[in-house]
Amino acid sequence: MGEKKNKSESAVAPVKKKKKKAALESNEIITLTNVSKAYSTGAPALKDINLHINRGEFVFIVGDSGSGKSTLIKLLLRELTISDGYINVMGYDLSRIRHRMIPKFRRNIGIVFQDFRLLKDRNVYENVAFAQRIIQKSNKEIKKNVPSILAIVGLAGKYKAKPKQLSGGEQQRVALARALINKPTILLADEPTGNLDPKNSWEIMKLLEQINENGTTVLVVTHNREIVNAMQKRVVTLKKGVIVSDEEKGGYIDED
Amino acid sequence: MRISSLFYTLRQGFSNLFRNKWFTLASIATISACLFLFGLFYAIVTNFQHIVKTAEQGVSVTVFFDEGIEDTRIQEIGELISKRPEVSQINFVSAEEAWESFKVEYLGEYADGFTENPLADSANYEIYLNDVSMQSALVTYLESVEGVRMVNRSEITATTLTGVNALIAYVSVGIIGILFAVSVFLISNTVTIGISVRKEEINIMKYIGATDFFVRSPFVIEGMLIGLIGAAIPLGFIYVMYNIVMDYVMQRFSMLSSLLSFLTVQEIFNVLTPVSLGIGVGIGFLGSIVTVRKHLRV
Repeated sequence: MGEKKNKSESAVAPVKKKKKKAALESNEIITLTNVSKAYSTGAPALKDINLHINRGEFVFIVGDSGSGKSTLIKLLLRELTISDGYINVMGYDLSRIRHRMIPKFRRNIGIVFQDFRLLKDRNVYENVAFAQRIIQKSNKEIKKNVPSILAIVGLAGKYKAKPKQLSGGEQQRVALARALINKPTILLADEPTGNLDPKNSWEIMKLLEQINENGTTVLVVTHNREIVNAMQKRVVTLKKGVIVSDEEKGGYIDED
Repeated sequence: MRISSLFYTLRQGFSNLFRNKWFTLASIATISACLFLFGLFYAIVTNFQHIVKTAEQGVSVTVFFDEGIEDTRIQEIGELISKRPEVSQINFVSAEEAWESFKVEYLGEYADGFTENPLADSANYEIYLNDVSMQSALVTYLESVEGVRMVNRSEITATTLTGVNALIAYVSVGIIGILFAVSVFLISNTVTIGISVRKEEINIMKYIGATDFFVRSPFVIEGMLIGLIGAAIPLGFIYVMYNIVMDYVMQRFSMLSSLLSFLTVQEIFNVLTPVSLGIGVGIGFLGSIVTVRKHLRV
């Protein structure tokens, strides 16, 4: 019995290692191979997705509602598990990752949401410091890091304000500061400009571009045609759960 | 865990209490209400038990001896009786003592007419029991002992007290059952409110990469504090109420004071304080664990 078990384990291990090694060697940071996701009710949300994103890329993911964008984000965060295929993010095989390893995995991903998702009862400083407390940074380090990241997003003077006292643009900057403070490898922005006016939208996008120039891989899920067309980055278009286009320096494809 | 993280967690637990004031108040009120009923019930039942116990200790069995019995045999019988496990106390009453107390109690000045002790054969043992329900077994045994002429017992008192004891046991089980059901219902309601308040917060923490332990700890500390406060309030109320009620009963029904002996507030609180605080903290601990656990699977 024992021998048999060892044999089967050793048969699986090299395959897993090989895939991980291949992903690292090719500088690939996100790998989705033939990924499908079906919910228990209704039609599949994603069908046979193949997506490869390299370290340091800036990628827009566009598509109408129901196209599967949110599902993709949830799969990348390991909030959901895939139904079929293979998904690897930063060397973590997300269909096999243990529950207790998920927090550690997520600490390498900064995330920004359309609705900001700040802790409403805590001020700007505490909202940003929270991300550092999670990774058990000392108070001394937190006191050094938070002001400098708030300065980068242009909120140095508002560290005492509560989210309610801030404009939408400012709240999104707080969320961005929180996402960046732990120096993530990947930044996921889910409709970051969805609740913002054009001026604030552009400012946030410029910040994201700046972050990307400093080496962070940035994925932006958006509806904002103007921004996508103007920025001339890689654009992955989803439609009804399928990737219909993936272009370097692409534009927003209209739904017909 | 780093010291700074530990302090942060503790501080968060405390400040959570003030962040969701209504939730905190609702939870404290729920736990207080349950533990108030529990405390009230405990005070009443233990007093009943105490009264019954005191009454039981006053119930005695009297053993009379054969005529002309040797003193040594009486001593032997005494030793046999005191070895019985159900016996708590045994007193020897000599014929003279019996006559003296009879004279005082019933005859008064008429006793002077007697030159001899008419109760010459009424030397006896007064036996007190640990447990009244054992009385008939003891009587059967005593009647079989050589040298014993007669055994007097108070059958009615014994059966009544045994009955009261059984009744208290049934009522206790019944009320504890009802209280438990009410508590579970109230607490699960409060927890449901808590979930809606906390859902978003827990979600955000998990997205940023907080471990389950890190997310849970402040909530658990908060829950335990709520439990502690929720237990302390009814304890205070009961303490004050108990003293007032005892004073009132003693004044109003002073003629019953020889019959009813109540426990002191200290005796009640020696048990009630640790039990209530334990239940309060336990409910807070479990409640918060259950509340948070549902949302940790993000």
